[in-house]
Amino acid sequence: MAYAAGVDVGSTQTKAVIIDEERKIVSTALIDTGANVIQAAQHAYDSALKSSKIREVEVEYIIGTGYGRYRVTFGNAQVTEISCHGRGAVHMFPKTRTVVDMGGQDTKAIRVNDLGEIVDFCMNDKCAAGTGRFLGAAATALDIPLNDLGTTALKFNKPVRISTTCTVFAESEVLSWLGKGKKIEDILWGVHQSIASRSAGLLRRVGVEDEVTFTGGVTRNVAMVKAIEDRLETKLNVSEESHYMGALGAALFALDHILESRNPRKSVEATS
Amino acid sequence: MTTTQTEHHDIVGRGNRDGAQLFRDWFTELSDTAKSGGQSAYVFVMGSLNEILKVFDLPVVFPEINSLQTAVRRVAHEYLSEAEDYGYSPDICGYVKADVAVQLRHGDHPMGDIPKPSIAVLTNACNTYIKWAEIWQRMYDIPMVTIDVPGSREADGQTWRGDGDFENDRRYVQAQLEELITVCEQVTGKKFDIDKLREILRYANDISVGWKKVLDLNRSRPSLFNALTDGTIYLGVANGFRGTETGSRYFRELVEEMEYKAEHKIGTMTEELYRLLFVGVPCYPIFRRFNELFSEWGGTFINSTYLWFASGGANKGFEYDLDRPMESLAEGLLISVRDAMDSMFHQDRVLVDMIDEYHVDGIIYHPIKSCRTVSTGLADARRYVAKQRDVPSLFIESDMMDRRVVSEAQMKNRIDAFFEGLASRRRQAVIQ
Repeated sequence: MAYAAGVDVGSTQTKAVIIDEERKIVSTALIDTGANVIQAAQHAYDSALKSSKIREVEVEYIIGTGYGRYRVTFGNAQVTEISCHGRGAVHMFPKTRTVVDMGGQDTKAIRVNDLGEIVDFCMNDKCAAGTGRFLGAAATALDIPLNDLGTTALKFNKPVRISTTCTVFAESEVLSWLGKGKKIEDILWGVHQSIASRSAGLLRRVGVEDEVTFTGGVTRNVAMVKAIEDRLETKLNVSEESHYMGALGAALFALDHILESRNPRKSVEATS
Repeated sequence: MTTTQTEHHDIVGRGNRDGAQLFRDWFTELSDTAKSGGQSAYVFVMGSLNEILKVFDLPVVFPEINSLQTAVRRVAHEYLSEAEDYGYSPDICGYVKADVAVQLRHGDHPMGDIPKPSIAVLTNACNTYIKWAEIWQRMYDIPMVTIDVPGSREADGQTWRGDGDFENDRRYVQAQLEELITVCEQVTGKKFDIDKLREILRYANDISVGWKKVLDLNRSRPSLFNALTDGTIYLGVANGFRGTETGSRYFRELVEEMEYKAEHKIGTMTEELYRLLFVGVPCYPIFRRFNELFSEWGGTFINSTYLWFASGGANKGFEYDLDRPMESLAEGLLISVRDAMDSMFHQDRVLVDMIDEYHVDGIIYHPIKSCRTVSTGLADARRYVAKQRDVPSLFIESDMMDRRVVSEAQMKNRIDAFFEGLASRRRQAVIQ
């Protein structure tokens, strides 16, 4: 049995996924990226290996993805996270035609075909408005743990309207609403709606086609899922593995390589 | 070296070598003019009217080219900051701000000294031209002549020779050219010479015809020149040396080079994998690197809308009728500048037509922060082309001047994803 691995070095967290020849996930790992990107990639991969009991030599091909993909020094190749999220999403939810990936520093809208190939994509530029970083700024301003943001926001009653998605202005706007006596959950839901609105704008630029799959670290935030669903008026595909979708896509590309090198004429997922 | 090898060495790359030398010569002449306090005309690429200005022996200064050269030479930020410190908003056209800084520095430019203007000549092809020329008018108290060129009334709705509307437009343009001649006579103290104009028009014809032919020859596989890098050198000569014997000879030789390369299947890359169209203005702050982001994947630019509108529509190959120079000059300006505007605003249908003809694998749209004139509408144009033809396209935003809004890492991510898609598409086509 051969194994393939994908390591997704994101701005906030680094994910590793190992899959077998049946394309089943056999191990995952998640760590904070921190300042040492090379080390983060190595640690995530080592951690995935360790929890799976797979020996390093059994992993035949490794692909690095994410902003730090060229820092996966032990990897065999690099593929952008745009391609990897598309590939991973279609593998996990085969009817996916649109992907929204929300990470620490960017949000991507990706349109894919039935093979998981990219048809079109759109993402925020240098500015981190409307990304996970914005949620982080709001969490800091309200002194709430990041993991509690979603559940707290869903307790909203009279949501406020947040006018900015700018991470720099987020804190001052949140504080001004607090000053006006607004409840934390109402402010937080406004924050989520604001980000969902911006994400919907990105999605509409590439064209929203059902099914829509939500990927990236922010998928763990239940309020963000609801806010985007409300905005798009459609159900989002989300799973426990959504956070790992980029690394999964990278692992699938790595497995393609292994299979193609055995039999160059067929092997890609589309032909299986 | 054998005769064939010598011939090969002399011809291949000649356009780039000679073009670079002509550029240096041009700026040397401008420096000499600046030092001697001689006269010069400030003009723009979309409707430079070199033809009339050359009759009066006025050296032409293209501030747009001066500005982009500061970016290519990686000092644009110094000029932009200086203009912003002076009071110009960061949102104003980067070309304007760099030029303002050149003026504030009394003509100091990385390629030499830029003379002060004696006259500013412009068209309405870009709305910023008018406000820009007003700056010089205020700074130097010089005459500013604006030629109002009627544009297309609708996409694909141009009028042509013989139409009543076209004749009215032509007369309107010609009357303005006659006013320009009067102002040039006043500025230079020289009399207008129609025979000299005829000679200049003849040279300008050689450039227009040659430019169109060079662009058409890039249908060849492999492509003969890179429209983004090599093409920009040819474009500079087409603008700076329009109406001159030097320019005429350059384009005759450039056509010869391209024909030689086509005959011998000499391309720009070792392996040309993807043939791309470029829409917009180049990313001058990382000019070479920007191209490498594509060439590293085997992608090359075979044509570019920049080579159309920034040549003032010379790509149409319009030839002046030397028997009726003034009427024909007005016709040529009307048709070419109108086409330059259409290349910015209605390029979508032309691109669709080019896809098969040029064996296009992908289209790169490059809207820029500094220039909304060329950028507005590109997203809609892209959508239109996508509906017509199943050709992948990439939309990347940066700038032509300001490196503060150019993020190479983010750009690379998008470009890599685009090529991953192209590669996957090609692989699937083979499997099916």
